[in-house]
Amino acid sequence: MTDLLSNLGLGFAVALSLQNVALCFLGCLVGTLIGVLPGVGPIATIAMLLPITFGLDPVGALIMLAGIYYGAQYGGSTTAILVNIPGEATSVVTTLDGHQMARQGRGGIALGIAAIASFFAGTVATILIAALGAPLTKLALIFGPAEYFALMVMGLAFAVVLAHGSVLKAVAMILVGILLSTVGTDLETGQERMTFGYAFLTDGVDFSVLAMGLFGIAEILRNLDQSETRDVVRAQIGRLLPGAAELKQATPATLRGTAIGAILGILPGNGAVLGPFASYTIEKKIARDPSRFGRGAIEGVAGPESANNAGAQTAFIPLLTLGIPPNAVMALMVGAMTIHGIVPGPGVMTKNPNLFWGMIASMWIGNLMLLVINLPLVGLWVRLLKVPYRLMFPAILMFCSVGIYSIGSQPTDVMLIGVFGLMGYLLIKFGFEPAPLLLGFVLGKLMEEYLRRSLTLSRGDLMIFLERPVSAVLFVIAFAIIAAALLPSMRKSRDEVFTEA
Amino acid sequence: MKRAIAIGVLAALTSFTAAAETYPQRPITMIVPFAAGGPTDVVARIVAEPMSRALGQQVVVENVTGAGGTTGITRGAQSAPDGYTIMVGHMGTNGAAPALFKGLKYDPATSFDPIGFLGGVPILIVAKKDFPAKDLKGFIEALKAGGPKINQAHAGVGSVSHSTGVLFDSQVGVKPTLVTYRGTGPAMNDLMAGQVDFMADQIVNVGPQVAGGTVKAYAIATPERAPSLPDVPTMKEAGLPGYEVSAWNAVFAPKGLPADVKAKLVAAVEAALNDPTATKRLTELGSNIPKADERGPAALQKLVESEVARWTPVLRSAVESNQ
Repeated sequence: MTDLLSNLGLGFAVALSLQNVALCFLGCLVGTLIGVLPGVGPIATIAMLLPITFGLDPVGALIMLAGIYYGAQYGGSTTAILVNIPGEATSVVTTLDGHQMARQGRGGIALGIAAIASFFAGTVATILIAALGAPLTKLALIFGPAEYFALMVMGLAFAVVLAHGSVLKAVAMILVGILLSTVGTDLETGQERMTFGYAFLTDGVDFSVLAMGLFGIAEILRNLDQSETRDVVRAQIGRLLPGAAELKQATPATLRGTAIGAILGILPGNGAVLGPFASYTIEKKIARDPSRFGRGAIEGVAGPESANNAGAQTAFIPLLTLGIPPNAVMALMVGAMTIHGIVPGPGVMTKNPNLFWGMIASMWIGNLMLLVINLPLVGLWVRLLKVPYRLMFPAILMFCSVGIYSIGSQPTDVMLIGVFGLMGYLLIKFGFEPAPLLLGFVLGKLMEEYLRRSLTLSRGDLMIFLERPVSAVLFVIAFAIIAAALLPSMRKSRDEVFTEA
Repeated sequence: MKRAIAIGVLAALTSFTAAAETYPQRPITMIVPFAAGGPTDVVARIVAEPMSRALGQQVVVENVTGAGGTTGITRGAQSAPDGYTIMVGHMGTNGAAPALFKGLKYDPATSFDPIGFLGGVPILIVAKKDFPAKDLKGFIEALKAGGPKINQAHAGVGSVSHSTGVLFDSQVGVKPTLVTYRGTGPAMNDLMAGQVDFMADQIVNVGPQVAGGTVKAYAIATPERAPSLPDVPTMKEAGLPGYEVSAWNAVFAPKGLPADVKAKLVAAVEAALNDPTATKRLTELGSNIPKADERGPAALQKLVESEVARWTPVLRSAVESNQ
């Protein structure tokens, strides 16, 4: 305990130097501003801003990059709420209720609660990392390919079971998502799959392209043919910040979301993507009136947003203690660390205590900064909704196109956004929801990888999933959920997770 | 009016002749065929800075991603050979690619004017920490005895860990089971947890783990030991002298560059390799700074030809046996 305090003391001494606080602030601000551009998620933001940290000392540079990361992460949620474009996989669920809230004139409250829930989750996760970071790394090593596969199956089971009324349509969407995830060069053989000979498909479909098209462009198209919903967003702005009653309503969801997100975030194999989905599922399952979800339920924003941020934070555990980047953003952070002469690994904690504890302290400061930056900005963002659609829609289209082009300089990416936008519009028209498709897309790629890897290691023996205790337990839970759903009495209480309207 | 046109034409003429005389007149695009923040991108950005100073014009890095880096290199190969578009290729795009990509629109040996070698990152053979063999000889014996029971991790077909890993297997004459990961991070995680037995990878990824004792290094595939890992023997010392390999990067331009432009670019790369800040950063990344005989276009051309010749048979058979 005294160790923890003295370590945190060292950390805050490092992070609270004038220069580092300024860098942290700058990082959060720039991250937020760039992250708010539709389609420019954390990965693209960090990649674009990486060079500006080259001239800084390592600790300062990493503090700034971490700030950019949190800022961009939060910026992604802002676009999810305001214009229905998730910045990355973890903010997909925020679009469901967050954007509905914005359409009802409660955009300010949604943004406010997202900022507050994120701050709370960030604080808890920071303490968790400081206190338990080292022992928690063991968890990362327990999870082998079989366990990850079981985890992903459980994630899909959640989605299938809870998508009521349109179970068939939800399953269809998940399958289409999985199908889309198989496009591209096969990792194991190097063979091209479903690319139809087109070079731009050899690396598969990019998440941001798919999300921007299915959500953002489709939303614009939908708004264009429904004149009545167009005015809903513009009509009233409403209160800017959540009141006491709303905070009270959101608190339990925030607590649960934080716990779920923090645990899943520690897993280096992209476990964090499940956090917001799991949180949303649970909130809807235990809510007294599940029909509110998808129509602007505040818990549907608070829970996933806290899970998202807690996961974003605890994802640093495998990076800082094992030196292993758990996802693409962290891989970029490793690149940044090596540029600055620090090679992350098991020795970082003992060899660079300044850096290690300074970063942990700066995580908390970064979260505080985000709150400080974003609460005043809420008014500004919400006012953006008042911009007439004849100006806003072309602007969104332009930002989407510029954003996606700046990442890989591929004109085909820009065209694909249009294709997926049209597809998303047709899906909405026929009553299919795009969220399960996106979940299937994200999990499908991972599931295939983990399944094939597990089977390679077991030489084709399926028993590997049952012989390993953690994997067996996860499978039992997944099947229990599905079995429970098949009981008629349970079916009545099944809710619609992904249905938006 | 007439006068204005005349002045305009005159101005255009003078600027035209000036452009022909003094390259470069405007910023130079340096295509990096991978995403920002990756190993090749980092190297490119480090050398772009001193190159800009040497050329007197900004060298701007543009990330053109896709198809294992071949999209960006293809675009570079097809651009005008005026010195305003250059690219950074690596072991994969300009060495292994012909073996891996059937419809490749360029030939590493003939489609480019080589500018300069930027150095390579050494490869190590690492195993899980409780692998019983004490040294490389014992390890190779264990691989031969274990056959397909041994699991070898790699980061996907075409990645450095895959190419260098299967080259190791073919030189030693073993066929372990290949386990594919997306990126070296997850592969390293499973190596540390003991889910897989060994892999070949760059010192920048495995060095800290070796130093921290979470994985075991048997040998490094360079002629000299690495200063950061003085206890790890070279392949030659450990008994496998033929296995020398590194993940290299180099600057290329589209074929047909004017001689004076080429000379300026070659000098700019040379200046970057003599820049103390740049070399310090490259060294920190684990990259070896090219020696005198490795620098310049001729040496690079030779390297590319030998790399294509080396990778083609090894990777073709590895990929085919996998399909």
